[in-house]
Amino acid sequence: MLYIVQTALEAGALYAPVALALFLSYSILDIADLTTDGSFTLGCAVSAMVCLAGHPILAIPAAMAAAAAAGFITAFLQTKLAVPSILAGIVTNIGLYTVNLMVMGSSNRSIFRRETIFSLAEGLGLGSATKLVVCAVVVLAMCAALVWFLGTRLGLSIRATGDNKDMVRASSINPNFTITVGLCLANAMTGLSGALVVQSTSSADVNMGTGMVVIGLAALVIGETLIGKGSMVRRVLGVLAGSIIYRIIYAAALRANLPAEYMKLVSAIIVGAAIAAPAIKRWIGFEKQKHAALAERRDHRA
Amino acid sequence: MLDIVNISKTFNPGTVNEKKALSGVSLHMERGDFATIVGSNGAGKSTLFNAIAGGFITDQGSISLAGRDITYEAEYRRSRQMGHLFQDPMRGTAPHMTIEENMALAYLRAGKSQRAYFSRVSKADKAAFREQLARLGMGLEDRMRQSVGLLSGGQRQALALLMATMVPPDLLLLDEHTAALDPETADKVLTLTREIVAGGNITCLMVTHNMKNALELGNRTLMMDSGRIVLDVGGEARKNMTVEELLVQFKENVGKGLDNDRILLS
Repeated sequence: MLYIVQTALEAGALYAPVALALFLSYSILDIADLTTDGSFTLGCAVSAMVCLAGHPILAIPAAMAAAAAAGFITAFLQTKLAVPSILAGIVTNIGLYTVNLMVMGSSNRSIFRRETIFSLAEGLGLGSATKLVVCAVVVLAMCAALVWFLGTRLGLSIRATGDNKDMVRASSINPNFTITVGLCLANAMTGLSGALVVQSTSSADVNMGTGMVVIGLAALVIGETLIGKGSMVRRVLGVLAGSIIYRIIYAAALRANLPAEYMKLVSAIIVGAAIAAPAIKRWIGFEKQKHAALAERRDHRA
Repeated sequence: MLDIVNISKTFNPGTVNEKKALSGVSLHMERGDFATIVGSNGAGKSTLFNAIAGGFITDQGSISLAGRDITYEAEYRRSRQMGHLFQDPMRGTAPHMTIEENMALAYLRAGKSQRAYFSRVSKADKAAFREQLARLGMGLEDRMRQSVGLLSGGQRQALALLMATMVPPDLLLLDEHTAALDPETADKVLTLTREIVAGGNITCLMVTHNMKNALELGNRTLMMDSGRIVLDVGGEARKNMTVEELLVQFKENVGKGLDNDRILLS
């Protein structure tokens, strides 16, 4: 049991940056950024290659910068070239598949027995908790940076861009700039997650990012539904909690002998159901009201 | 302060929907001038505001503000010097951000360096926000951490007015900013407008459908028709003018009566 919880916490922290990236692009900027799958893999690929070259710590910023560049392409397509935002993400994502193969030189790369940030941290004497502690430190630092950033002038401008475009245009904020910064940052976070995952599992594969956007959204939706809205600190920690809860569900499902491939369907259902929930609630409310009114009319007649 | 020279704009030129929205509008305003604008339906009042704010680039003519040519400047750049309030109170504020965050945005945008991307509001700034909110007399100073979406239309418009003028702009554009409010709230927002504009000696243009307001507020009244300014009264002539006289003047200048289904004569 303890082992399951620890694994879930570890995986929750490893993949939390993806959920936080979607928090920034989807919840705050109101853009469904489909670059996510490709930029996650790009983070993996760059991290693996830099580790192989012998710089596991350098691999982290390198992966983030590469993924941010991918986000820049998506942002450029939608802000300057008027490509619809979803399509812009898809276009970049498809292109990234080839880029990722080029980065790795083959469809997968092993960094087994190579130095990683986790192997470097083994010297700290944390025993079996090493991975968890390293992930937690990195992710919590990222959460703190994100909360801080969203309170700065630029951060507030990004939030306003997703909240009220009319206001933004009339208040000296260039929405093209804020969207670009937002998408670059979001993808950098996705890349960070990819970089950590590769160093944790010691292998990179060109398909690692497939479906990552849905998994990230599932974590995001779980966090926002269970922890709810409120202050920025609460929302960010909620997303982090959502990522961990998702991994606990995942671990439990594996325990129940559900094949690992089934988890993508489970994630899709969680996301679909959660995003559809308000509409379903409205529909149920309407039907209830209608039936009550009709029943009363029948009683009246009788 | 504001110099508009002979600007024109035609929408959808060469199509059946061609509309000459502005034709040769010129307007000069001194610092501290407060002009009200009335006019028929589709006279080009909002189009004129949009041209000044940068919603579109004019076909000809030039616009300069505070000695700077802004004819071809992007909307977001012009808005550093300009406040713009719309009829719809929802347009001026971000609903999912708190009152404090909305004010911080307005304050940080106009103040300090435009490149200070990572500046944040200090405790002293927040205390100043509180003081300014208290001036509205709406109790908003005790709700600074609440989402703006929870406020009424009148409260949101008052907040938007405060945000637009927190750092005094070179020009304030008010596009029927009280038209969507109930009479009592509209009065309150108008009183605030008068105080803020006079207090900051702000140059201001205000579109209104209320003829009485058009003569009472500010120091000039402009009338527009078919994309032109057809009447511009100020000074002594305006002081003694009645709504009836204004309408007669309009008819003389245009050759037809003021045709506006939303006009309020009293």
